[in-house]
Amino acid sequence: MPAVEIAGLTKSYTAGFFRQKRIVALQPLQLAIEEGETFGFLGPNGAGKTTTLKLLMGIVFPTAGSAKILGRDFRDPDVRKEIGFLPEQPYFYDYLSAPELLDYYAQLSGVSHAERRKRIPRLLEQTGLADAGRKQLRKFSKGMLQRVGIAQAIIHNPRVVFLDEPMSGLDPVGRREIRELILSLKQDGKTVFFSTHILSDAEALCDRVAVIHKGVLRGIGVVEDLKSQTADKSEIIWQGAQALATVSDKVSNSHVTGEVVRGVVDCAELDQLLEKLRREKARLISVTPLHGTLEDYFVAHTSEREAVRQ
Amino acid sequence: MISRLSAVAFNTFREAVRDRVLYNLILFVLLLLAIAPLFGQISIGLERIILINVGLSAMSLFGIVIAILVGIGLVSREIDKKTLYTILSRPVRRWEFITGKYCGLVMTLTVNAVMMATGFYLALLITGHGWKAADAQLLIPIYFIILQFFIMTAITLLFSAFTTPVFSAIFAFSLFVIGTFSEDLRNFAALTQGFTKWLVTATSYLVPNFSSLNVISQAAHDVPVDGRLVVFNTLYALFYSIAAISAAVVIFERRNLK
Repeated sequence: MPAVEIAGLTKSYTAGFFRQKRIVALQPLQLAIEEGETFGFLGPNGAGKTTTLKLLMGIVFPTAGSAKILGRDFRDPDVRKEIGFLPEQPYFYDYLSAPELLDYYAQLSGVSHAERRKRIPRLLEQTGLADAGRKQLRKFSKGMLQRVGIAQAIIHNPRVVFLDEPMSGLDPVGRREIRELILSLKQDGKTVFFSTHILSDAEALCDRVAVIHKGVLRGIGVVEDLKSQTADKSEIIWQGAQALATVSDKVSNSHVTGEVVRGVVDCAELDQLLEKLRREKARLISVTPLHGTLEDYFVAHTSEREAVRQ
Repeated sequence: MISRLSAVAFNTFREAVRDRVLYNLILFVLLLLAIAPLFGQISIGLERIILINVGLSAMSLFGIVIAILVGIGLVSREIDKKTLYTILSRPVRRWEFITGKYCGLVMTLTVNAVMMATGFYLALLITGHGWKAADAQLLIPIYFIILQFFIMTAITLLFSAFTTPVFSAIFAFSLFVIGTFSEDLRNFAALTQGFTKWLVTATSYLVPNFSSLNVISQAAHDVPVDGRLVVFNTLYALFYSIAAISAAVVIFERRNLK
């Protein structure tokens, strides 16, 4: 059973007062996330990531479609005992201290008093907030607030955790701390669904990612598979420096070491190049596909040209 | 359900208590009570009457101002600052949130009223007339003032469920002023005819009847308040508040948050 199953969730709204215009924030979205998976939801600003999360959390209502979380309708308030949520750029009740805030949220999630007394100090320790004591949140740094945000999302020990841009606005140290927290959630076997436009974080943390742009899902898959889809070049090494003169139009970044030539060739031209090398009596040593990056895939699927093609 | 509702209510109360504006208003009322005896010196023999009138009217007015100022931000601030996102992503029903917010503010206003009433009774003692049996009767207008807070909080919450804080404040305060003259509105309706009569009568029954909740002048002159009025006003405040809260819930249940 998937932890999260989205079936055609759609959101559109009208803008303007006199001349109302219909804006589609999310085209029918199909998505399934398995239990225990760390899933990255990638897209540029305004792509529809936050809208998707708001729909799943019951903050806004869908125009069409439905979703299931842990096999139950996402609108069922009781399913929310099993989920945690960190909104984008969260603001918490700044007149509360971290233990007070966690106690409040735990109460709302139905955690018993005895359990709260055990969990809160443990979680403050885990998130590096044990030293904050009774300090009010208004005196917290951005990084500390983000850690409080993650702590409130997991205080009730949920099975699925939704994080909206958890690294947004953090310095490198803060980002690293949050990354480690997400990794610890993953190790605890929790399903983590997080949206981001920081690709290195997605690459480091996610089992699978989906790319969304202008409300349309552009691609989904295992990070390595997606990266290989953009690998349209290969590295070629052969022996026989004399052949380079005849194939130089097909090879870029060539380096010659004695008789050995190393260069890069477009996959589309690889067959022709191999044919020419055979004719020149050069000895092929290796052909290695060059890996694309997640950034290549992201850019390729969120460019305007791609949007038109879709 | 009860634990979630009480958690929201207690947090609302805690927020108000930690809000310094609230303390300033209470301080202002206490200062007003402190200077009330000065009016008595101007009007010889009327000291007690003036103190009761000024003291209880100030209690009512400042309680209403607190109800409106805090009430208008109860929902909108949670939406603007997105704190509501982390609430609604938990097993909290929207009606539980609205009702919890209402209970929290009513709790705050009741505690404030008790503090202000304590100050008021102290002022009565300090002015030197000593304790009179009639002073116990003053608990009835104080109780009615608390009932006004119940209604006003519900009305403010209703407006804050669908409009901006500024409009909520304008609408709520307008309703308070109109409600204060609801008795006059009914008298005026009796003098009119046709559609005007129907419209004025309907309006006078739709706006909160703060006229019958104001027995300050009667109490100041030691005129006893009818027990039936206490029962009527209690039921009226209860039903009016429930109606306003229900309307707020219906609106909020359908609202797409930003």
